[in-house]
Amino acid sequence: MEKTANQRAWFLVLPVLLLVAFSSVIPMMTVVNYSFQDSFGGNEFFWVGLEWYRELLRSERLWDALGRQLMFSSIILLIEIPLGILVALCMPKKGWLASLCLVLMALPLLIPYNVVGTIWQVFARSDIGLLGRFVTDLGFEYNYAQNAADAWVTVVAMDVWHWTSLVALLCYAGLRSIPDAYYQAAEIDQASRWSVFRHIELPKMRGVLIIAVLLRFMDSFMIYTEPFVLTGGGPGNATTFLSIDLVKMALGQFDLGPAAAFSLMYFLVILLISYVFYTVMIASDKEEAQS
Amino acid sequence: MKKLRLSPIIMVAYLLFLLVPIYWLVIMSLKPNSEILGAFTLFPQELTFENYRTILTDPSWYMGFVNSFIYVTMNTIISLCVALPAAYAFSRYRFMGDNHLFFWLLTNRMAPPAVFALPFFQLYSSVNLFDTHIAVALAHCLFNVPLAVWILEGFMRGVPREIDETAFIDGYGFTRFFTRIFVPMIAPGIGVAAFFCFMFSWVELLLSRTLTSVDAKPITAIMTRTVSASGLDWGVLAAAGVLTIIPGAIVIYFVRGYIAKGFALGRV
Repeated sequence: MEKTANQRAWFLVLPVLLLVAFSSVIPMMTVVNYSFQDSFGGNEFFWVGLEWYRELLRSERLWDALGRQLMFSSIILLIEIPLGILVALCMPKKGWLASLCLVLMALPLLIPYNVVGTIWQVFARSDIGLLGRFVTDLGFEYNYAQNAADAWVTVVAMDVWHWTSLVALLCYAGLRSIPDAYYQAAEIDQASRWSVFRHIELPKMRGVLIIAVLLRFMDSFMIYTEPFVLTGGGPGNATTFLSIDLVKMALGQFDLGPAAAFSLMYFLVILLISYVFYTVMIASDKEEAQS
Repeated sequence: MKKLRLSPIIMVAYLLFLLVPIYWLVIMSLKPNSEILGAFTLFPQELTFENYRTILTDPSWYMGFVNSFIYVTMNTIISLCVALPAAYAFSRYRFMGDNHLFFWLLTNRMAPPAVFALPFFQLYSSVNLFDTHIAVALAHCLFNVPLAVWILEGFMRGVPREIDETAFIDGYGFTRFFTRIFVPMIAPGIGVAAFFCFMFSWVELLLSRTLTSVDAKPITAIMTRTVSASGLDWGVLAAAGVLTIIPGAIVIYFVRGYIAKGFALGRV
């Protein structure tokens, strides 16, 4: 749709602008301020320039957390995207069964984040949890509170449980937009199931898949509450992801300067990813409009 | 196309995977603590609603639900009121810096709440809004306003411009056109946006916990405190968890056809 140029449209955007400026620009400026200053007792401030940034870039703390974060995000993407596509392909096409599946699948998405943590906590504990008890009975040593590998498996399983439905729902919406004629043509050509998927379904899902990948990447990049409730970042620092580390630094130890520097670098990474997301999405919107 | 026989099996397996942990939570909330810790049972031997009674009769518990509902409702109303005109502007007009503005809004949806926890705490303390419902409602606008703008813009693009133009020719002023004609036309979009604002504000914990201490403490934060302080009242914890799932489960039924569109920021 062709849009008309109209500078007065700014007035319509003004309320959003003011509101978001209040809740985003002002806090952001505070963070920038702190990142260049050292504080004593929280009320005297001294200019320290780039000191915190230098310290942070040299410290292993940030890099370790970033490494864990990247590993976590890659693992859950590798599991959730294929699984989500598979589930979307298996969903019933219409009728009450489809509605039922939709509602049940969306259920984990609407559970408060810390309740997700709680659910998995009571589910995976080896003394009172169904999963924990089951795995222990099978003869495995399993204790997510003490063993780093177990903690990772549990956190990943929790995230897969929580968010795979999102990928599946998006893919399902993409699949529903394919006209029946495509499938009929494929049937006449006696196309195999694989080539139907490869040449009809996958290209049609491209747009939603981009959204799914990037939403999942970004949301997993700022995951906080679920692992915090489940493992508290432990054992040791094994599941301390970026947000958990940051909150520990800012609200736990009240290290304003380093925490602020950490925040800004964290935010820049997210900004970079969002920019890629935005460009890719606009481009695919345009492509769709042309085809 | 050859029919995939595997698909119902995969589907059922996936749904089981989703439902078993929830089942475990529900079952646990119906057991007394002695049974949770002592005996390992798949069904409650001794069915009890004591855990729910604890929550529904103790003000320090049920006020958590009231608080959550208050700020979630406030947030939804504020978000929609400011997002509606903005989304209209983005869907209809080209103006200076529109693309940059849109991207800037997106970055707020993508900003990690952890970055904002400390500055929000200080900002709202300094304007004496700490521990009020409106503070949490405003803080959640950070990610809900951009989301609402995106979803509404997606729906508004589906409404043909001719309708606007005809209304203006017929002598409608902008305000009257917007409230009488346009808003009713995109009612489903507003419903979906409201649902998503409600949901993201309902599930968020970090900011709402940071910005409240007593008077506006949300149910989700009360839960975490119970875990760390008294430690092991698993039954009550599970019951509180079940109660927080219910509102989502109810509203999801009404928007089931639009969930994917909402999550895709109005772009499916």
